[in-house]
Amino acid sequence: MLLSRVAERVYWQARYLERAENTARLLSVFSALLMDLPQGTKLGWHSLIQITGNEKGFNERFKQAQERHVIRYLLAENNGVSILNMLAYTRENARTTREIMPTEAFELINNLYYKAREQAEPGVDRGKRHELLDGIVADCQQIWGLLAGTMSRDSAYSFVRMGRGLERADMTTRIVDVGSSKLLPELEVEAADADSREPYENILWMNVLRSQSAYQMYRQHVRERVKAEEVVRFLLQNEEFPRATAHNLTTVTKVLHRLPNSSKVKWQTDKVRRLVRDADIDRLLRRGLLRYLDNVQKEIARVHFKIADTWFLPNK
Amino acid sequence: MRVNWKSYNPGQFFDELISSPGYARKPARRLASYLQSLNHEDLLQKKTAAELAIKTMGISFTVYSDAGNIDREWPMDIIPRMIAASEWDQTSKGLEQRLRALNCFIHDIYNEQKVLKDKLLPKELIFDSGNFRKQCVGIKPRYNVWAHICGTDLIKDHDGQFYVLEDNLRVPSGVSYMLENRRVTKRVFPELFDSNYNIRPVTEYPTELYDMLASLSPRQVKHPSIVVLTPGIYNSAYFEHSFLAQRMGAELVEGGDLVVEDDKVFMRTIDGLAPVDVIYRRIDDLFLDPSVFNKDSVLGVSGLFNAWVKGNVALANAPGAGVADDKIIYTYVPKIIKYYLDEEPILPNVPSYMCIDKKERDHVLKNLDKLVVKPANESGGYGMLIGPQASKKELAEFRRRIKADPRNYMAQPLISLSTVPILGERSVEPRHVDLRPFILQGANTYVTPGGLSRVAMVKGSYVVNSSQGGGSKDTWIIEDF
Repeated sequence: MLLSRVAERVYWQARYLERAENTARLLSVFSALLMDLPQGTKLGWHSLIQITGNEKGFNERFKQAQERHVIRYLLAENNGVSILNMLAYTRENARTTREIMPTEAFELINNLYYKAREQAEPGVDRGKRHELLDGIVADCQQIWGLLAGTMSRDSAYSFVRMGRGLERADMTTRIVDVGSSKLLPELEVEAADADSREPYENILWMNVLRSQSAYQMYRQHVRERVKAEEVVRFLLQNEEFPRATAHNLTTVTKVLHRLPNSSKVKWQTDKVRRLVRDADIDRLLRRGLLRYLDNVQKEIARVHFKIADTWFLPNK
Repeated sequence: MRVNWKSYNPGQFFDELISSPGYARKPARRLASYLQSLNHEDLLQKKTAAELAIKTMGISFTVYSDAGNIDREWPMDIIPRMIAASEWDQTSKGLEQRLRALNCFIHDIYNEQKVLKDKLLPKELIFDSGNFRKQCVGIKPRYNVWAHICGTDLIKDHDGQFYVLEDNLRVPSGVSYMLENRRVTKRVFPELFDSNYNIRPVTEYPTELYDMLASLSPRQVKHPSIVVLTPGIYNSAYFEHSFLAQRMGAELVEGGDLVVEDDKVFMRTIDGLAPVDVIYRRIDDLFLDPSVFNKDSVLGVSGLFNAWVKGNVALANAPGAGVADDKIIYTYVPKIIKYYLDEEPILPNVPSYMCIDKKERDHVLKNLDKLVVKPANESGGYGMLIGPQASKKELAEFRRRIKADPRNYMAQPLISLSTVPILGERSVEPRHVDLRPFILQGANTYVTPGGLSRVAMVKGSYVVNSSQGGGSKDTWIIEDF
């Protein structure tokens, strides 16, 4: 027995927590890339804003996409999309579902929020940033672990898994976006020929993998050096790696079997799964990857609308 | 620096911890010497630990303000308040007696109205009361009980005896903080909870509440479906609503989650509509059902009242129960106890003057600067006049109000509330305190061991409400054989 309203809050709680974690991971990749790239290379910080879908809001707020601006926007500002806001929303949803979620989970979420509130602003500085972002990712992992270890496998937990699965499927496509060539505008000009670009691309993709804690698993699965097409294939299509898009869509499907009246949601989820499974990565890398990822994100959003239609309270 | 009970000076007031400078009362002796064994710095550290625990555990309450609603950490002083078990057992009997009588009274008012025919109190007092619900006439809830959950405010005067200050029969709150205060104290003073110190546990309240609510279910099923109905996440007591639902394993619902079909109540779940048997409602009467009461209410559920009248769902407390927690009716409670139970009241009322009576009103108007004046229907300490602390302008304003609407006012002498020590920045200091125990009545009655102690944190102040800067204390009922 799960109230529709509670299902919705639990679902969003999981989504916001996962989004906070992934935004922290994204900021980490960028910050790590800074250190590995040759001097004189400029990172396209603006692409971080594009990837997270925040162009409109950001452009209204800042004229230029400098590092500090982008980091502050996505970490500490009160704009509805920053990590701090994500954690505040997670906490608010946790506070209003305390009657069904484990008490300890609320306490962890509550503490994480207070920590972020204190440290987000100083964390804009490069010196403090790494520790803060790492800490947020670790705390999120602890919360997921606690939920997995203490929640009964009932409908409420199904909504946790579904929210997290969808969010993660979506965010991983955005992390793959990072590998797009737009990220290194200066580099493209300076080193136009493919051979001299390659080492930097490797650095780029290696960091993309690391941001998803995927480097080790990639080496074990793929048994090949880090190459764009293999990394994209791994992050999008791998069924075993828990942060890969395909794996998460499969998880959502499995959860759907446990929930009532799920056929419409399942139909849409299957559609996205096929879209991901059947993608010709080599061809897409030559042309059309960005548009393709955009499309996947849109279809994932449609899964959400079906979920809301099926289980949540109708809008008043 | 250590705690020095010799320099702790409650002045003219009855102090619950010491009987004279340096001498602790019997139930508090061990606590007093334990506190004395600590440095003030140790105590301040424990205070910080308690505040951190409260923050982590998310024990909060909401304050309404012009700038919006703010979620604040619950204020708690770490030094527990001590009450001897022998004293408490007697008090507890008095509370039970009082609620039994009040329920007889409410049932009578909505049915035979014997008490009015016998002229124990004037009819107008009931029919003009803002808490009388004419829609409830003729209804007979199970066990003839209307007020299932009651929070009664007690105070101690000079003589150290408990007096009833008021009964809260509508949607009394605070019990979750009583439970959480104990949890925090266990974290802060684990060394005091050993077998030598016999502290009565408070933890069974959610189970007792659940059993009481289950006993009201119209359907005779093994696991009736019980929900807590909250006005929503912005209500000042939302923490408590959620807390009680969690501890009972009940659903926490808002009006929008419920729907009435064929005079039966259902909640919207992911599986569709599910039946509801018992509603512990934390919404005021007037907002419960827009089709019967306040038409503009968006908090309630249309059709709920009829479902209750038909006996398809139980409401706790029943609509209309508030007719007995009017501050004017309060003054009649000793008579009500005698009338219905033929027993002497165990707990005394604070002496009161009713402004509706000409003689008493004249006395009130003449002595306004010495009295506390309360309106019949306000709660949370709002709309009160504290005569000795009021300005000339305020006195004149209340004189006008009393003359204009005498039925709406009663007055009491300013009680010298007892004091308990709180932990101040430099030392322990005496502060005024009251107590709200919670009483349940369904198939059986139950009284919490102790209750929520509310303490004024400002020196000399009598205002204990958390919405106005009051604090709280864990309350220990100590075996004193």
